[in-house]
Amino acid sequence: MSETQNYAPGQHPDLAPPVMAVGPVAWVRRNLFSNWINTALTILSAALLFWMIPPLLSWFVLDAVFTGENRQACAEASGACWAVVTSRWEQLFYGLYPSTETWRINIAFVGLLLAVTPWLAPQIAFRRQLVWFSLAYPFLAFWLLAGGVGLPTVHTGQWGGFTLTLVVGVTGIVASLPIGILLALGRRSSLPVISMLCTGFIEIVRGVPLIMFLFMASNMLNLFLPQGVQFDLLMRALIAVTLFSSAYMAEVVRGGLQAIPKGQFEAAQAMGLTYWQSMRFIILPQALRTVIPGIVNSFIALFKDTSLVAIIGLFDLLNMAKAIVTDADWQGLSIEVYVFAGIVYWIVCFSMSRYSLWLESSLSGGHKEAN
Amino acid sequence: MSGASKPIAVEAPKGLAARLRDPRVRGVLFQILAAAAFAALIWFVANNAVANLQALGVSTGFDFLNQPAGFDISFSLIPFEPTDTHLRVFWVGMLNTIFVAALGIPAALILGLTMGILRLSPNWLVTRLVGTYVEMVRNVPLLLQIFFWQAVIWTLPPVRNSIAFGDAIFLNKRALYLPKPLFESGMWFVIVAAAAALVLAIILSKRQRAQRDATGAVPNRWVVPGIIILIPAAAILLTGVPWSWELPEAGRFNFSGGIQIPDTLVALWLGLVVYTGAFIAEIVRAGIQSVSKGQQEAALAIGLTPRQTMNLIILPQAVRVIIPPTTSQFLNLTKNSSLAVFIGYPDIVAVFAGTSLNQTGQAIEIIGLSMAFYLVVSLTISFFMNWYNRATALVER
Amino acid sequence: MTDQSRTQGNQTAAIAMTGVHKWFGQFHVLKDINLEVAPGERIVICGPSGSGKSTLIRCINRLETHQRGKIVVEGVELAEDVKRINAIRREVGMVFQHFNLFPHLTVLENCTLALKRVRRLPKAEADKIGMEYLERVQIPEQAQKFPGQLSGGQQQRVAIARALAVNPRIMLFDEPTSALDPEMIAEVLEVMVDLAKSGMTMLVVTHEMGFAKQVADRMVFMDGGEIIEVAPPSEFFENPKSDRTKLFLSQILDH
Repeated sequence: MSETQNYAPGQHPDLAPPVMAVGPVAWVRRNLFSNWINTALTILSAALLFWMIPPLLSWFVLDAVFTGENRQACAEASGACWAVVTSRWEQLFYGLYPSTETWRINIAFVGLLLAVTPWLAPQIAFRRQLVWFSLAYPFLAFWLLAGGVGLPTVHTGQWGGFTLTLVVGVTGIVASLPIGILLALGRRSSLPVISMLCTGFIEIVRGVPLIMFLFMASNMLNLFLPQGVQFDLLMRALIAVTLFSSAYMAEVVRGGLQAIPKGQFEAAQAMGLTYWQSMRFIILPQALRTVIPGIVNSFIALFKDTSLVAIIGLFDLLNMAKAIVTDADWQGLSIEVYVFAGIVYWIVCFSMSRYSLWLESSLSGGHKEAN
Repeated sequence: MSGASKPIAVEAPKGLAARLRDPRVRGVLFQILAAAAFAALIWFVANNAVANLQALGVSTGFDFLNQPAGFDISFSLIPFEPTDTHLRVFWVGMLNTIFVAALGIPAALILGLTMGILRLSPNWLVTRLVGTYVEMVRNVPLLLQIFFWQAVIWTLPPVRNSIAFGDAIFLNKRALYLPKPLFESGMWFVIVAAAAALVLAIILSKRQRAQRDATGAVPNRWVVPGIIILIPAAAILLTGVPWSWELPEAGRFNFSGGIQIPDTLVALWLGLVVYTGAFIAEIVRAGIQSVSKGQQEAALAIGLTPRQTMNLIILPQAVRVIIPPTTSQFLNLTKNSSLAVFIGYPDIVAVFAGTSLNQTGQAIEIIGLSMAFYLVVSLTISFFMNWYNRATALVER
Repeated sequence: MTDQSRTQGNQTAAIAMTGVHKWFGQFHVLKDINLEVAPGERIVICGPSGSGKSTLIRCINRLETHQRGKIVVEGVELAEDVKRINAIRREVGMVFQHFNLFPHLTVLENCTLALKRVRRLPKAEADKIGMEYLERVQIPEQAQKFPGQLSGGQQQRVAIARALAVNPRIMLFDEPTSALDPEMIAEVLEVMVDLAKSGMTMLVVTHEMGFAKQVADRMVFMDGGEIIEVAPPSEFFENPKSDRTKLFLSQILDH
């Protein structure tokens, strides 16, 4: 017990808390050793970490080989053979794109970052110019990647690796949001025909795995089109992935619309706004804001689903990795290549989910309830 | 303001224009257009399909289901020969899909429940470890994880150097070999005894509950589990343990006998369970956290122990929030089992929508049947979920 | 638990807090609290928000823990001992600002849960006691309804019945009417006045000064984590000693 000085009422100073109650010692006691179950768990977890981390560290970094031309280069080392990644990184990132033209992909990638910025960070400088740029970007990117006027043509069959994953992912994400919104509005429509068509589409698409739609795109699309009309393989994948994702997006948006109080619709109507005007200015901004986590989750799922396009013969990042694994030079080194691909996917998806958390917190700043 | 104000200026509608401005008329018109466009699309597509199929020489109709398949299936729960029909292929594929889902769902649930509850523990180290697991698994494609597990399995020794657990269990890169139980006639008695034990347990717990209401005393917690374990155990002993084991026998190139669980199934199962478990863990965590802290405080304030608080107050409310999204995850697991086609496990997509389709070319019928299967599964699960939501909804104004 | 007589005038205090300090992390939220509550006494605690009033009464039934000082409730000192804490919680009832009724149980089940599971009474007896208290708070007809079907005032009255049903010696009220619509405050205050008349030891954190004047034996004014002034209502309202008390009273009584 320290000083038991008596202060006049209202004059008591703020004291520091006792050492045992706060600070690192108390934290350790409370969080790691508060009772015997906790202590046991702590010991088990620490044991697990000690068992796992040193071998992982030596495999990943310390004993690993980072350069080389084939399997022999890693024969003596006991660690990871990252040489397979470093010597094949072009294929992993660009697929079978001609090496002399990969600079076009690099420019397109920089363009992508620029095009996405005004939508992610609304306060950025030059927003208007960037928005116009982002609207023109799809055409610019297509021209850069596919060629045609002024640039040598590169057939979509040669697009591959991380580039292809980005193309499918970004296109799918950008297209599935508006289509999903329309489907959600259609499902909630008071016109029975529209509502039934949209509900039917959504429920059927959500009940069936994506692979079935990719199969449909590769096997059945030919049958449904007039003779002679051929769809590019990549185009078919894009259609399947986008429509699939739109159905899930539609359900997310529908949840957001359901959360809007009826009074908002009525207020918009009372102001004389048409249906589309009230949607655009009043209802959708609120609905979408409420379901940002759901929307970003949908994007993350879409990005992960791009790995399935391998089934129709496209060489996205994962399929490219698989192809390298079966290459004669690198027999049996599957784990290193998959781990590398996994890291790439993880970086993209984790960044998206962190961004969504940041977006939520920055938007709710204006919505703090008075307490 | 002066007396009479001017009326709002809008032209009075006349004739047809009047009709078109009526929102009801507009609505009907719009629907007619939409229905017509949809019908036109169907007609266009069907027309092309008929023409293309004729040009390709592919037949239509479901006769192909009675044709012999002409290929073998590497793993099947029911006997299958290459001379069996495509219809049997459909059944085998369907059973294989249901099999991996039936194995995966309970395991994912147990893993998810454990991880979710651990995530809420006050132990900092444990929550960080579980959090790392969840974040790693959720941000990497499932297909990649399945390939990863397959790569891990390939590091196991080859058949002749199998890892052995006694004489009964063998593990190598090809498969997991387990002993196969061969049931004798006494098994019926054991099954009947188990069923009777279950019924007895239900009756007894009802009795115990009524007794607690009548006297207030705490019922013996060991009676019900005791019955469920002891009665079947007694039956087993009485009939002299009515089964024997067929052990896997090492042959020259492979094992024979016993139950063989192919490496593809193990890899698929591991991938599905670890992946879905992470999502269920988050659902469980969010569900338990969704019960407001005030509920726990009120329970403690009236003298309930922390255990009683959890069982009587927190869990009943949390379970309502947890079950709907968890059944959604079960459905996802079933749909994700279709990734089997990438690693060679013969599920319905791989054998029916894959091989059978390649053999017969009848894409429309085959894909239609496969989609119908998945739709039946998902509609059943949705139906259950809707029923559950209605049955357990909290009563409000 | 030592045997305590409940009659007024008995020496031993119902609650005795000496030199109690509490911190939330680095924030010193309770500073040197010294307070004694006699059995049957009614204390009203008031003060600006953030002054630590709720934290103080939540320390009494260990919903919050104090880091320094001594709290003795009905002769039992509060410490990190599960048995003692449970024993104290059975003798101290609490009514929360947001009611915290159990939504998945009926009104009657809310009241009888502790009787059946903690006191281990048979259901019939527990139901009888529950109905008695529901009658006492004047809503016996709602016994089979669920909390979600009741109004705020009705829910808070059920919460009071639930707390009373286990027969506590002390009742704590944490801003019981702050979450209610104005027209429902009266019905809850009525029940609390009735309870006070029956001789229950009560600590009430509230802004309802009319109620305080009617019922309190002593007023406690808190600000910034300290007890600034303690006085009977007559003295407290007519002749507050501290400037801070005067400021607070002027703000709360004149609007």
